[in-house]
Amino acid sequence: MAEKKEVDSLTGTETTGHEWDDIKELNTPLPRWWLYVFYATILFSVVWVILYPAWPIGLGDYTKGVIGYSARADLMRDLEAQRAERAVWRDRFEAETVTEIARDPELLQFAMGGGRVIFADNCAPCHGSGGAGAPAFPILVDDDWLWGGTLEQIHHTVVYGVRNDHPEARMSEMPAYGTDGILDREEIAAVADHVLHLAGRSEDNERGREIFAEQCAACHGDDGKGMDELGAPDLTNDIWLFGGTRSAIIAQIRQPRHGVMPYWFERLGDAELKQVTIYVHALGGGQ
Amino acid sequence: MSAVSATAAAVEGPPAYNEDVIKKFTLATVFWGVVGFLVGVYIALQLAYPQLNLGLEWFTFGRLRPVHTSAVIFAFGGNALIATSLYCVQRTCRASLWGGPAFANFVFWGYQAFIVMAAAGYVLGITQGKEYAEPEWYVDLWLTIVWVSYLVIFVGTLMRRREPHIYVANWFFLAFIVTIAMLHLVNNAAVPVSLAGTKSYIVWSGVQDAMTQWWYGHNAVGFFLTAGFLGIMYYFIPKQAERPIYSYRLSIVHFWTLIFLYIWAGPHHLHYTALPEWAQTLGMVFSIMLWMPSWGGMINGIMTLSGAWDKLRTDPVLRFMVASVAFYGMATFEGPMMSIRAVNSLSHYTDWTIGHVHSGALGWVAFISFGAVYYLVPRLWQQPRLYSVRLVNWHFWISTLGIILYITAMWISGIMQGLMWRAYDSLGFLQYSFIETVAAMHPYYVIRALGGVLFFAGSLIMVYNLWRTIRGDLRTEAAVQTPVRVAAAPAE
Repeated sequence: MAEKKEVDSLTGTETTGHEWDDIKELNTPLPRWWLYVFYATILFSVVWVILYPAWPIGLGDYTKGVIGYSARADLMRDLEAQRAERAVWRDRFEAETVTEIARDPELLQFAMGGGRVIFADNCAPCHGSGGAGAPAFPILVDDDWLWGGTLEQIHHTVVYGVRNDHPEARMSEMPAYGTDGILDREEIAAVADHVLHLAGRSEDNERGREIFAEQCAACHGDDGKGMDELGAPDLTNDIWLFGGTRSAIIAQIRQPRHGVMPYWFERLGDAELKQVTIYVHALGGGQ
Repeated sequence: MSAVSATAAAVEGPPAYNEDVIKKFTLATVFWGVVGFLVGVYIALQLAYPQLNLGLEWFTFGRLRPVHTSAVIFAFGGNALIATSLYCVQRTCRASLWGGPAFANFVFWGYQAFIVMAAAGYVLGITQGKEYAEPEWYVDLWLTIVWVSYLVIFVGTLMRRREPHIYVANWFFLAFIVTIAMLHLVNNAAVPVSLAGTKSYIVWSGVQDAMTQWWYGHNAVGFFLTAGFLGIMYYFIPKQAERPIYSYRLSIVHFWTLIFLYIWAGPHHLHYTALPEWAQTLGMVFSIMLWMPSWGGMINGIMTLSGAWDKLRTDPVLRFMVASVAFYGMATFEGPMMSIRAVNSLSHYTDWTIGHVHSGALGWVAFISFGAVYYLVPRLWQQPRLYSVRLVNWHFWISTLGIILYITAMWISGIMQGLMWRAYDSLGFLQYSFIETVAAMHPYYVIRALGGVLFFAGSLIMVYNLWRTIRGDLRTEAAVQTPVRVAAAPAE
């Protein structure tokens, strides 16, 4: 207990004379390099505080720093530079229609570059990366289009979306033939067989053909080729949004599911909407 | 202290220390450590293979992640801190715990109840949504009672000490306990919607809430995961190495500079946000000035071995402790560097941050805790030594390999992620979509999970070794000794 300074035999350093539970302390001086680096960091900090906005003075005000740096001004400068750099083509994107843009090789290149990233960050979660599609989400790399595959048609779909609350949105609904009591079970089965026949996967049947002509042809067409304006799918190409098995087709006739797509014109700018339109058109099936 | 009472103390010998509660806290440390590591491995695998959330809300990453962070920080780390601080304070004050065994037991069971209430809430979706401060108001109030009790026991024991001075480890423990109480109260100031419901709203709003949160968050790192564990280092390294602390002067200077500077560093978590620019600058410069105060602890820990370096060859427990201090030095160099705005613009929101945290959490916090637990268990259960020192060696190397896989995978993945986010193509469009960055990180997520598996496996070896030790078994084995390399040719 008595405070007894002693010299540690291994290091030759004197102890402080304190002892707790057999722990002693050497009285080694602060390592010089440690102290000098510490001073250096303090010096660096003082200089930094003089140079940059750093110290609150009163409510809502602060020292601005002698070099006049401001992160906000920095950002504005960057955005301005980017705007100027892009102005060359952005103005034309806004002034011209998608069809005109797609005809200009230089603009087309910009559209493809921008459209790729816009698509990947906004559209791919539903339509799959590269537009590969997913069950209930249309494939965009083929030439089967629910709402039309021309540039103007795709542009409209992207801008206003499908079956959302916007008045310009693509809108249509197929009646629920089963749950609304329009057709009975046998009739639905017969017309489903006819639909399979249209796709080349089943024998023709008289009864199904009659019902189809009466109930379905108005939208899907007499030949079952569908109708872009109504979003009525082509039934002959064996591409199915909600499944192509007999039971899936029966389910869809009985009580159809309908896809929904948001409108994008509030989220994306005019130029971005046109870029992604041209990109989707070029994925494989644009008309 | 007068000569008379000093003689009296020598005659009396040490008082009857309360070791029963230390045993409980030590077992809880090991138990929650294993739980926390396991949940960590599971969510690391979820990041690589998202199907592992099993499509069930209770198993989603968002709910299990706070279970992991709270389990390792507050349950594993917290129990380790309480065990070691109450052990150290008794011995270095030569006084038994103030308040008696019942009060200490209340802190033990109260703290475990806090952990269980918090974790049950996370899994059920009850959360304040504040990182590292997720528990809702009722859990916060309970923890306040338990924590103040802990403070009272610690300070009470310090006040009845029979030593003239307070040992440096106890300065750090006290700073940790007091500051955590303050952080907890300010950051969790909330108004419950109803006394019968779990939901509450924080009184701070907007950017002030963000600032309060990161003042809390960074000082949870500074005072919980740093100051507290430095307390462990200051007691257990000199005990295990049987050497005096390297420098008393350094311990004073680095203690006060660390305590003073840490508390201002929080804004570096909010660079390039709505936080006023002056606050960001202050957060950065205080972080840079923290570099040497942090390294002061590393120097004192490592240099305490001077004159006893050979013990590292034969004593894997000491190796755990010294490696932990080395990881501490590495993480506290990386931290100030990442607080520089320009570096932060690349590193922030990427896996680099995760790697940085884990080099500190696995390397520093867990390793020093393992060392302390290996020190404590034979002494608390009155065994001559551990069941097997060679198993400690296995634990050390497997865990070290796990950490290296973990942090290197996260460095590569994080820097790659940051660079991909800011890459532009020749036309000025972003080069990569978000999902492409996620896909690119997949292999590193797998490597990180593998690192976690190794770290977890190491902890199971420890459990086995401790269990056999407590049972009183001693393994007959050759001493751990790396062969001495004799120089084949004379130096030129």
